[in-house]
Amino acid sequence: MTALAALIRRDIRIALRVGGGALIGVLFFLTVVVLMPFAVGPDLALLSRLGPAILWLGALLASLLTLDRLFMADHEDGSLDLIAMSRTPLELACAAKALAHWLAAGLPLIIATPVLGLLLNLDMVATGAVALTLLAGTPALTFTGMIGAALAVTLHRGGLLMAVLVLPLSIPVLIFGVAASQAAIVGPMSFGAPFSILCALSLVSLVVGPFAAAASLKHGLD
Amino acid sequence: MTLIDLANPTRFLALTARVLPWLAAATVALLAIGLYQSAVAPDDYQQGATVKIMFIHVPNAWLSMFVWGVMSIASLGTLVWRHPLADVAAKAAAPIGAAFTFLALLTGSLWGRPMWGTYWEWDARLTSVLILFLMYLGLMALWRAVDDPARAARAAAVLTLVGAINLPIIKFSVDWWNTLHQPASVMRMGGPALDRSFLIPLLVMAIAFTLLFVTLHLAAMRNEILRRRVRSLQMIQASRIAFSSELGAGPREGSASKGAGTA
Repeated sequence: MTALAALIRRDIRIALRVGGGALIGVLFFLTVVVLMPFAVGPDLALLSRLGPAILWLGALLASLLTLDRLFMADHEDGSLDLIAMSRTPLELACAAKALAHWLAAGLPLIIATPVLGLLLNLDMVATGAVALTLLAGTPALTFTGMIGAALAVTLHRGGLLMAVLVLPLSIPVLIFGVAASQAAIVGPMSFGAPFSILCALSLVSLVVGPFAAAASLKHGLD
Repeated sequence: MTLIDLANPTRFLALTARVLPWLAAATVALLAIGLYQSAVAPDDYQQGATVKIMFIHVPNAWLSMFVWGVMSIASLGTLVWRHPLADVAAKAAAPIGAAFTFLALLTGSLWGRPMWGTYWEWDARLTSVLILFLMYLGLMALWRAVDDPARAARAAAVLTLVGAINLPIIKFSVDWWNTLHQPASVMRMGGPALDRSFLIPLLVMAIAFTLLFVTLHLAAMRNEILRRRVRSLQMIQASRIAFSSELGAGPREGSASKGAGTA
């Protein structure tokens, strides 16, 4: 347990320091959201209607693009081999690393959501709903994306290939995240049903992600 | 003859060389019977002759999912039993599965044009088949991106199994999404129970396409094994050339450096 806590502390500290790049995700998120009005026009009514979808797409892309580095830096300096050889099961270590990554790169996205909601003309309720669904849904994105990150490090390939492989897997999260936000804002559906399915998706990925990532690391590292 | 006996590629090649002509003949015969039966099947009272697209479309759609199942079993073979031919089977199946999925989408949209008035509709089934097609393409891209087949095999096996877990979730999500966005849905295929005159040709075609898949898959596996043999022979040859030139170049390099030293 202390080993896992130490791993989480270490990863967060590295991510927040110079060269860590966790906060670049927030900057990317901001840039994507700022780009949207240029594509669809500065119509505030349209933007507030599309707002939840834009925020969700931005958060999805931002959290997937930062995942590239989840195992890569540790692989380059050799600490990934030490983690793989330690007595802590690799599955738990992967889960700890993903949790640390979510705390360092996922939470800032959610904290930035209210500011971006202002830009998209979302009111308080809508912003709160989107932030809440992001809070419930981004763990699923991180834990699913971790599989892609593990494949990226074993194949020495990152970037577009991993995005192409992982993005189809995140479609359910996107569907239910946007659906829950829309349900809270305009109805007529109840907020509870899509939101609980979103939580369920996060829980499922919490189980599947670490096992798949650990399997790919175990078979791929040499 | 058990699965372990087939672990020897030479034995596998010998067996498939004997089986393949029979399989191909059976496929051709069944396809001919199925196509003839589909051609003489009566027109639908609503859809007219377009109903005959179904005899091609449904087997393709069924195989698009069946092939992912075959790849999942092969992936288990790679990761759990380390069967030497499992990754060959998985790699050979991916393009065939992608082709069946593409044909299912293509025939579906050709059917949709006269029936729904549009080539593409964000219908739940079409959308989830399109996502399946994207995943096949991603898997093929993964196979192509890595030059070491063993390394690519394990990565692809993990991804195939994750996909097998995720595909039902994606299917369910898309169904849910579709009912949310389109309360008044377009007309669906195969609502009422099929008449016998449609059912029998459809079953024949389904068996024929499954046999077609088995034939193509075995042939593709043979090609893949032979391709790997050629590749390893080429690598041996390349290393021999490199090694001999290294031996030949050794003294010359030495004399050159000596020359440089004296100069």
